[in-house]
Order: sequence, then C-alpha cells, then structure tokens
Amino acid sequence: MTSRPAIGPDVLTPGDTPASAVAGSRTPRRATAIAVARRATLVGWALLVPALLAYVGFVIWPLIQGVQYSFYDWNGVGVATWVGFDNYLRVFTDPDLLGAIRNAFLLIAFFTVIPVSVGLVLATLIRSMKAGAFASISQTILFLPQIIPLAAAGIAWSWMYAQTGAVNQILSGVGLGWITRSWLADYTTALPAVGLIGSWVLTGLCTVLLLTGIGKIDVSLYEAIRLDGAGWWREFFTITLPGLRQEIAVLVTLTVIAALSSFDIIYTSTQGGPGRATLVPGLSIFRIGFTQSDVGLASAFGIVLMVLILIVVLPIQRLSRTESR
Amino acid sequence: MPSSRRPAGRRAIALGALAVVGVVLSACAPGAAAPDTSADAVDVSTELTSDEVTLTIADETGFPVTDKLTEEFTKQHPNVTFNITRDTFQNLTANAPKLLASSTPPDLIRLPTLGETVKDGLVLDLDPYFDAYGWDAWPASQLAPLRMSEDGVRGSGALYQLGLGYSITGIYMNTALADQLGIDGPPATMAELEEDLATAKAGGVQPIMAGDKDGVVNFVTQAAMNQYADKDEFMAWMFNEPGATYNTEGNTEGAELIRRWADEGYFPSDINALDYFTFVSQFSDGGALFTFNGNWEAANYQAALGDDVTFFLVPPIEEGGDHVAMGAANSFSVAAKSQHKNEIVYFLNWIHTDPVARQIIVDVTGASPGGDPSLALPEVESGSLIEKALEMSAQIGEENGQVDFMANTTAGIYAGSIIPESQLLVTSQITGAEFTERVQKFYESEVGG
Repeated sequence: MTSRPAIGPDVLTPGDTPASAVAGSRTPRRATAIAVARRATLVGWALLVPALLAYVGFVIWPLIQGVQYSFYDWNGVGVATWVGFDNYLRVFTDPDLLGAIRNAFLLIAFFTVIPVSVGLVLATLIRSMKAGAFASISQTILFLPQIIPLAAAGIAWSWMYAQTGAVNQILSGVGLGWITRSWLADYTTALPAVGLIGSWVLTGLCTVLLLTGIGKIDVSLYEAIRLDGAGWWREFFTITLPGLRQEIAVLVTLTVIAALSSFDIIYTSTQGGPGRATLVPGLSIFRIGFTQSDVGLASAFGIVLMVLILIVVLPIQRLSRTESR
Repeated sequence: MPSSRRPAGRRAIALGALAVVGVVLSACAPGAAAPDTSADAVDVSTELTSDEVTLTIADETGFPVTDKLTEEFTKQHPNVTFNITRDTFQNLTANAPKLLASSTPPDLIRLPTLGETVKDGLVLDLDPYFDAYGWDAWPASQLAPLRMSEDGVRGSGALYQLGLGYSITGIYMNTALADQLGIDGPPATMAELEEDLATAKAGGVQPIMAGDKDGVVNFVTQAAMNQYADKDEFMAWMFNEPGATYNTEGNTEGAELIRRWADEGYFPSDINALDYFTFVSQFSDGGALFTFNGNWEAANYQAALGDDVTFFLVPPIEEGGDHVAMGAANSFSVAAKSQHKNEIVYFLNWIHTDPVARQIIVDVTGASPGGDPSLALPEVESGSLIEKALEMSAQIGEENGQVDFMANTTAGIYAGSIIPESQLLVTSQITGAEFTERVQKFYESEVGG
C-alpha cells in the first residue's frame, strides 16, 4: 500500500503536478501550467466530494459530536450541562470502568495471540499438504466460524459452557468430570471462556489470510532452504514468518481492535457477569449511554476507548511499514 | 516519501479546522430545552370520539395482553383501531425517551421507569383525567408509585402512568416435595421458612430455585429485605427522595440473610449461569421446594405442576405480623405529544372498568386488574394459583404492604449495580453490608450525577 501513492489530492497538488495534468499543453508557460493544474486540482476535489461527504457525515461528524457530548452531563434528550473534564475523570477513577478496560486488554490474548499463532501453525500445515479435497475441506471447515454472527456464537457457546452443556459432557466423557463447572458462572474461568469463543471465531480468518500470504511467498525460497538442508522449524522461521509480516500486522491490528471493542459475544453470553468478571468497555458504554441515559459519560468512555485502540494499533502499523522497507 | 511534508501540513490545517468546529460546537449545548407543557394543554373529554382513529402502542415482546385488550376494544368501538409495535424489554426501555421525543411518538408506551421523562416533558400528566374520570375511588397506594413530583421524586405529585394489571410477588412451593420432606404447609414466619430450607437441604432437595444471570435472584433478596427494612424508608429510596439511602440496618440485615443462605448452599450452585427462563422451567420440572416469583407465572406453574404447587406471601418475622411484598403496575405512559390523548386515556380507563377487559387482564396476566375495589372481581377457577394471587393482592392492599421493585429505583441501577453485586452476594463473594454499601454508592453516582 505504501509504495503506491494514494489517489486523491495528494497527487494533484499545484507544486507537484503529475504528468497527466499537463499532458494536454504542448508549450507550457508557467502561468498556464499552474492554471491547468489548478483546474485539475478542482476536478480532483470535485470527484472526491461524494466520498468526502459520506465520510464526514458518517464518521467525522459523529466523532466531533461524540467529543462534544463527552464534556456535558446529558441524558440524550433534555437539557445538557457543561461539566468540563468531569466525565473523563470518572472514566479514569471509577474502578468498575477501569476493570472493564483491564478485561479488554486481557482479551487480546484470546482474540489476537491464540488465533494468530494457531492460524500460523494451521496455515503452514495446510500448505505442506498436497493440494486436493482434504486441504480445501480443512480450509472451509476452519473458515466456517467466521460466517457465524458473533452474537449467535455467544449464545451457542453459552449453551455449550452450561452445567449440562457439551463442554462438560465431553470432559466427563474423557474422565475429567472433577473439572466440570458452569464455565461462564465461575469467576476465574468466565473471562477465558468468553475469550475462547473469540479465538474460535477468529482462528479461521487468521488461517485463511495467512494461507494466501504463504501462497505469495516465492516457491524457490522454499526449494533453496530445503537444498540447504533446513528442517520444518528452520523453514518456518527463516522463510514463512518473515514473508508473512504484512499479513500478521493486518491480523494483529484487526484482532486487537476486535478484542478492545468487543461487545456482542459478551452481551449474548455473560452480560459482563458474574459480578463484573467479564465486563468490557463496549458493554459498559452501551449501558451507561442507553440504560442509564448518561450520554456524556458514555461518550467520554468511547473517546478514551478509541484513543486506547489507536495507541495500541498505530505502533503495529508503523512497525510493519518500517520493517518492510 | 518526497511529499510527506505536505500532507503533514495539510493534516495540521485539518486538525485546526476540526478544533474550530469543536469550539463553535461547544458554544451551543446539545439537546433541547424542556418543552413548555402548559402550552399544549388538551381539552379533557371522557367521551369517546366517533371519528375513525388509529392508536399506536409501543409494548415489549412476549406481552400478549395488549393484543387481546385492543382486539376487544375494537370489537366494542369499531371506529378505533390499534397499531402495536413490539421490541424486547431491554431495547424498549433504552429507546423509550427517544421514541417519546420523536415527532411521531406512540400514543401509549410501556415504561417501567419514568426516569427523566417527566423532567423532559415527554409524558402526559394524567391528573386532569384523574379528576374527570373519578379515579380517586381507586386505591391510592396502587397509584402512588406512578406519580412523580416536579423534582423527579416518585410517590407524590402528578399521575404519569397507569397499569395494565397490578402484579404481586410471593413464594411458590412444590407441595409434592414438601409432603415428601414432611413439611405440612407454607411457613408462617421467616424462621419457619429457614427451617424448611434446612430440611430440604438435608433431604437432598434443592431448597430454592433461583437464577441470577439476569438478576432475578433479587426477588429473593428484596423479599428478605422487605421483612427487616422500614417500609417507608425503603420506599423513599425507591422513589428517589433526597437524602434517602439504601444502606440501612434493615436492608443490610436482609442482605446478610441472603449471604447466609448462599453459605448454606440453599441456592443452585450455578445460579449465575441461570437466566429467568431456565430457573422458571427448572421449578416447573419439580426441581426445587421453593421459588420466589410473581403472579405472572401462576398459570404456567399451574399447568406444569397441577395440584402440586401453592402460592403464598413471603412470611413476616413475627407470627401474625403484617406482610410486605413487591408489587407494581405493568406501567404504561401516554406520550405528551400524542395526537389522541382523550382516546388513549379512554382506553386506559376502559381497561380498569370494563368487565370484559378486567377479565382479560386476569386471564392473560394473572395480575389484579386494579381500579375501583368496589367493582366485581373477574371470575377465576376456585382453588387455582390465580385465585390465590388475587387474594394475595387483596390482602396486601388491606395491610398496605405493597412496595415497588428495587430494580425500578433508577433506570441504570439494575444492570449497573444490583445485578453484578447480587451475583457476588449469592456466591458468597461479598457480605450483605458490602452489598448495600455498593448499591447505595452507585445510586448516589446516578441520582447525584
């Protein structure tokens, strides 16, 4: 992405006139060149307007409004009172809200670390299989969870995690009856149990994306390292892993965002319980904003969550870019 | 990148522009000033129009009584038809203020908590109709929770809601299991109730069936608190009177009792994984000696358990003492911006007075129809749980022992505090004192903030 200049105003600046903009003028005097370039700039901007309007209307404007609301005490309907940074102060001092942020970061282990690592292993294994029915069937099965809505996955898994659910039946079946419990009602297992639902959903996506990434790696590199006598591990760390850096960066970005902004799985499986063991910012914001009708505090928490996600995700982006050069 | 400086400069300009917009925006606060409700006062009429009108109702899903009532009303008054939209309880309560504030609000809306809708001028003051229809003959204690003062305190002030049925809660007992354990009848005191729980536990029977995934164990928690707490003090808190507190000796004593029951193992071990429907069906399957629930399940339990079930009020501490029980109107409000105020209030009055409508309320919900106590009560099968429920309603009315559900105290307190803290309480993670302390703290942040 970075090696190609983006299409848009960046390429059509007056001082940086692209060839296409002046292609029509055979004897370009400087003034006409600038005029032509100006017109091209205008046309460029005009072409951008529809997309820009949509972007401003549906992303930028709500964001500005969110920032504005976060400085008010407002129930969403009545009169709003300016409260300055009070809402932000509450986000950073309320132990319940801080607990929600902590839980979201713990979920990264299940939404990012597990799916990406398992995806790497599975993708490498599938690559080493002979292309054929078995490989494509495995791919399809692994990808299947991805087409199930997260909300539905949350409900289905909460049945499986129940006292009499499939998970406990299997555990009892293999002689692990002593370990069975109501997984989502237990304070120590609820968060990992919910996290594993995320792992289950996201592993398929990671595997498929990493597989396409592996497909782009030059086969001759694999041949070369084989000739040098390298084994599976050597091949994995020397060829596969570096070759997948871009894909891994994309996946880590996507899954970290999924972890930090998680809502649907939690909403349908535990509602944040037991106690506040699985409370996450997404659910908290929803409740504060729509149940408690405290739009100001909900907005402030939303802005804080956005900043947190940016703080985590932007370095990952930068890292993958600089290393690829 | 050679052009890297330019976008950076432009970004700065863009950010600057955003900042300017932000400053301009912050000069005007979001939201609208409270509308002047006195301006659009209606000409109150108790005569039903002869014009063709369609009334709209926003109700929760799984609440078929409005279907039956509107069907009957249209049969009696063919010029009035209804359009009912439904959403889940949670979605409806979350969206209610926005629905009411819209330019085309529903005429009638299910509204469990008034919250700030009165302050924002969204719901109709029914007092003019109270006088016109003569509702002063109705039990004042039943209507008190539906009133709200200008300061947002419930219990007094103008009437903003009416109930489609008035519920009552108590204890259901599986009499087959009771016989098996040698328990010969409903307990008369809290001490006897505790003895029965111990007997059940010793006899290998689940003492209490309750679920707390969605907070319903609070029927049990509040039932215990009701017996220890000063009723008026407790109600003052639920009505948001200034300075009222949840952290009282009586409430804490009730919460400590629940903690003790949790320690004794009287609740299901996976209580925090059981939602309402699961624990209701487990009691229906004969899964426990007792369950704490309301009249609305009477017909279901009767159908499932036949003669093996009875329903009674939570016993007082002293034998022969007055009973205290949660009960509430299935409350509905009229939108302040409704175009058919007279018609929809006529419909509400009709529900409380028409014999067929009152029969529908009892048959479909098992709740008391409310209204003038001198009106004939609907006919119910003798000896049925619904008959018991109506008797319990009448008894609580006589003893003046009805209290609201603490979940209705504020819009956010149930999901934000009572559910998570009770999940900790019933699994012995916090003490009763910590429970009342934490709920009060949340209450202060919500009411004060």
